[in-house]
Amino acid sequence: MATKLPKVPVVIVGMGWAGTIIASELTKAGTKVVGLERGKNRSTQDYFMVHDELRYAQRYEMMQDLSRETITFRNTEKVKSLPMRSYGSFLMGDGLGGAGIHWNGQNFRFLPYDFEIYSKTVERYGKKKIPDGMQLQDWGITYDQLEPYFDKFEKMAGISGEKEQNPMVGKRSAPFPVGPMKKSPMMKMFEDASKKLGFHPYVIPSANLADAYTNSDGISRAACQYCGFCERFGCEYGAKADPVVTVLPVAQKTGNLEVRTFSNVIRVLHTGSKATGVVYVNTMTGEEFEQPADVVVLTSYVFNNVRLLLTSKLGKPYDPQAGTGVIGKNYAYQIVGGQTVGYYDDKEFNLYMGAGALGSAIDDFNGDNFDHGSLNFLHGANIRITQTGMRPIANNPTPNGTPKWGKAFKQASIKYANRNLVVATQGSNMAWRHHYLDLDPTYKDVYGLPLLRLTYDFEDQDKELVKFMATKTSAIMKEMKPTKQETANVITTYNIVPYQSTHNTGGVIMGADPGTSAVNSYLQMWDADNVFVVGASAFPHNSGYNPTGTVGALAYRAADGLLQYLKKGGGSLV
Amino acid sequence: MADETKEPTGGTPGDSPRRPPDESRRSFLKVSGAAVGGVVAGGVIGGLIGNAIGRKNKPQQGGGGGAAPAPAKDFNQALMFFTQDQFRIAEAAAERIFPKDDLGPGAKELGVAYFIDHQMAGQYGMNGKDYMMGPFSKAEATQGYQASFKRHELITMGLEALNEYSQKKYSVNFPELKEDQQDEVLTAFEKGQGVLLKDVPGSLFFNLFRSLTIEGAYADPLYGGNKGMGGWKMKGYPGDQMAYIDKIEKDGFIKMDPASLHDHMGH
Ligand SMILES: Cc1cc2nc3c(=O)[nH]c(=O)nc-3n(C[C@H](O)[C@H](O)[C@H](O)COP(=O)(O)OP(=O)(O)OC[C@H]3O[C@@H](n4cnc5c(N)ncnc54)[C@H](O)[C@@H]3O)c2cc1C
Ligand code: SF4
Repeated sequence: MATKLPKVPVVIVGMGWAGTIIASELTKAGTKVVGLERGKNRSTQDYFMVHDELRYAQRYEMMQDLSRETITFRNTEKVKSLPMRSYGSFLMGDGLGGAGIHWNGQNFRFLPYDFEIYSKTVERYGKKKIPDGMQLQDWGITYDQLEPYFDKFEKMAGISGEKEQNPMVGKRSAPFPVGPMKKSPMMKMFEDASKKLGFHPYVIPSANLADAYTNSDGISRAACQYCGFCERFGCEYGAKADPVVTVLPVAQKTGNLEVRTFSNVIRVLHTGSKATGVVYVNTMTGEEFEQPADVVVLTSYVFNNVRLLLTSKLGKPYDPQAGTGVIGKNYAYQIVGGQTVGYYDDKEFNLYMGAGALGSAIDDFNGDNFDHGSLNFLHGANIRITQTGMRPIANNPTPNGTPKWGKAFKQASIKYANRNLVVATQGSNMAWRHHYLDLDPTYKDVYGLPLLRLTYDFEDQDKELVKFMATKTSAIMKEMKPTKQETANVITTYNIVPYQSTHNTGGVIMGADPGTSAVNSYLQMWDADNVFVVGASAFPHNSGYNPTGTVGALAYRAADGLLQYLKKGGGSLV
Repeated sequence: MADETKEPTGGTPGDSPRRPPDESRRSFLKVSGAAVGGVVAGGVIGGLIGNAIGRKNKPQQGGGGGAAPAPAKDFNQALMFFTQDQFRIAEAAAERIFPKDDLGPGAKELGVAYFIDHQMAGQYGMNGKDYMMGPFSKAEATQGYQASFKRHELITMGLEALNEYSQKKYSVNFPELKEDQQDEVLTAFEKGQGVLLKDVPGSLFFNLFRSLTIEGAYADPLYGGNKGMGGWKMKGYPGDQMAYIDKIEKDGFIKMDPASLHDHMGH
């Protein structure tokens, strides 16, 4: 029997970016909040020994413990889904700050096109352009409506970027709060090459602070040191914006936030169309607690946002055959093929140094910034070069045809360790009727609850996109004059094993229509107005960018909605 | 064990994806997918006893008496997990994967076999953070590792299979083979020819062992490999430096003396 605790106004499940942003906005406004986090506490003191590639990058020190809980995966419904037994394709965060601790900090706003993708595609190309089975949907909000929230997130985090308005992306109401990151030689080469080809390169907006910065909450942080241990690592300088060094201290200072770590939520309680609280397990003692609340906010990342709703039987599960229901619908990912590697016999670069978000990019082939009339795909990709710090276990570049081991491998991998550059892509991914999340019929977590099952594969759309992007990355690399270059222009089947990106999206998508979406533009559930489900789970498709800038904006929007909701005392916000 | 199959390549491993899965990975994955669960591998652990490792550590001499100072003992170089036989096979195999050459030390000199021994004794060898609940089923190539045994069992099985294969083909144990014969045996395993157990191809072992070897050459020396930061020195990798803010914009390669986490303890 769960021990019943006193009721609180708001309970938040998961203390990553989404959960802590909402906690800080609500507590600043005077609302009492309980934040439940399954993992441990964290602070910058934890990172004294953080420059350890084996522990953090290879052994996933900061990520979710898969022995307790994982997902199962299959490419199609014809195949038996099997558990992802160890890490590969993506890495789930765990502990205070979630994946916001060990992210890179590459910070983008999705394009105006993304939010109205269905309408704009039909307007420009006609309905016929959308292939059968592709579930293209507008988001129920426009870029202009979301713009103030992007701005809020960027000012809180101190996003560092160029002062001039980039002509390829949505209009900004204000410049970035901090100037751009320093330019390394490879970034200059990429920018010169892209300009020569008529493209519009810019320095990637970064949550690794380019300069010391104090935000409007009075939080001061130091500048990034380009230490090269950023992605998959915590920042010992507090230079990388993460929840623990930005929004959490603000929330804690109000005295209105109580964070309970080692608290794994297993159920959302509800009667009819209202949630009444959550049940969680203390992961140390195994004791169960019931936390009653007026409002429940799920910010437990894409997978557990969906899983908690399904296991709690809240909302209508998606049925891919009938095309009905919404929970689990429109899972999407990131397409990362089509890159070109250049090898330089006559030049060495300082590849061991870098920062998580250091790089330059172009958006000339992202969104609908180019004509798709004669192309067999929609949307596009951000094309970029990044210098995130090449560590020696993972960085063993060898030209095609080099043996995988022995003397020839050793010599080539050492020779090219600091002599290779990569022009890469971050491709968008559309949603399809048969890509979805539901409960696995066989496999269970440590609590005996069903694991989430992922059914997903690459489509012709993705393969065509990769083929197209490969011609662009190879053209840019050619201008960067390597001794030799190699382009990978084919992707075949989605494989859960090699790391690709932790940009999983969808499952609890937003929209204007309760028939086709699970939450409204405040991320409030249509089927239970006191439940808000926040994160990339709300994306109806994934853009050609990293997701967190847009997750941050949506979290600020949801916080606004929550405050309105608490004031009104209930009801739908739209 | 998804991570073993990751080719350490020029791609950054994180969220700025530089290389998607390539075909070489894919072909390995096809093989790994063939591994079936339900097999208990414990029986092969233990192996033969006896056979000294063949390394004699001179007892350290007390100072004074005008004698030249003896090299400091490395207390880390002792076995937590392997038998002496297994250790000798591991050392020989790792050296072929990452040999000593004109660039510098190979796996043996870098202590890679000690690194692997220590890793197998710990969380990673025991699959501490992996989902190990059943049922275990036959997998598609894209679904990753699905065997029920653990990394330390796979490694000990594989090392002993290297010996068995060498005995069958050349009538001597793997460490006693000539270098080119050792390469032949390893190539056979890489191609999935050596068989560890019914349905478990040698490539499953080979890929994990190869990845452990590279880790042992380049991980922080605190783990027992990369002795004296020799792997880093060869690669021009400066290890644990605090900041590059004054260097990040500079053209031309900057060579630095590497530092390790041990140096960091003084801060
Ligand atoms: C290596 C890496 C690099 C990345 N780099 C970038 C980048 O450069 N740019 C970018 O935009 N994005 C990047 N991302 C993605 C980014 O980290 C995520 O988009 C973002 O952190 C998601 O925030 P979130 O709050 O939605 O989820 P999370 O950060 O995952 O937070 C969810 C929290 O909920 C907790 N939780 C889950 N289930 C439960 C439960 N049942 N009970 C209690 N608590 C629970 C988890 O422990 C976790 O702390 C990267 C991700 C990784 C892994
Ligand atoms: S690269 Fe910069 S932001 Fe990233 S961990 Fe190092 S100092 Fe921090």
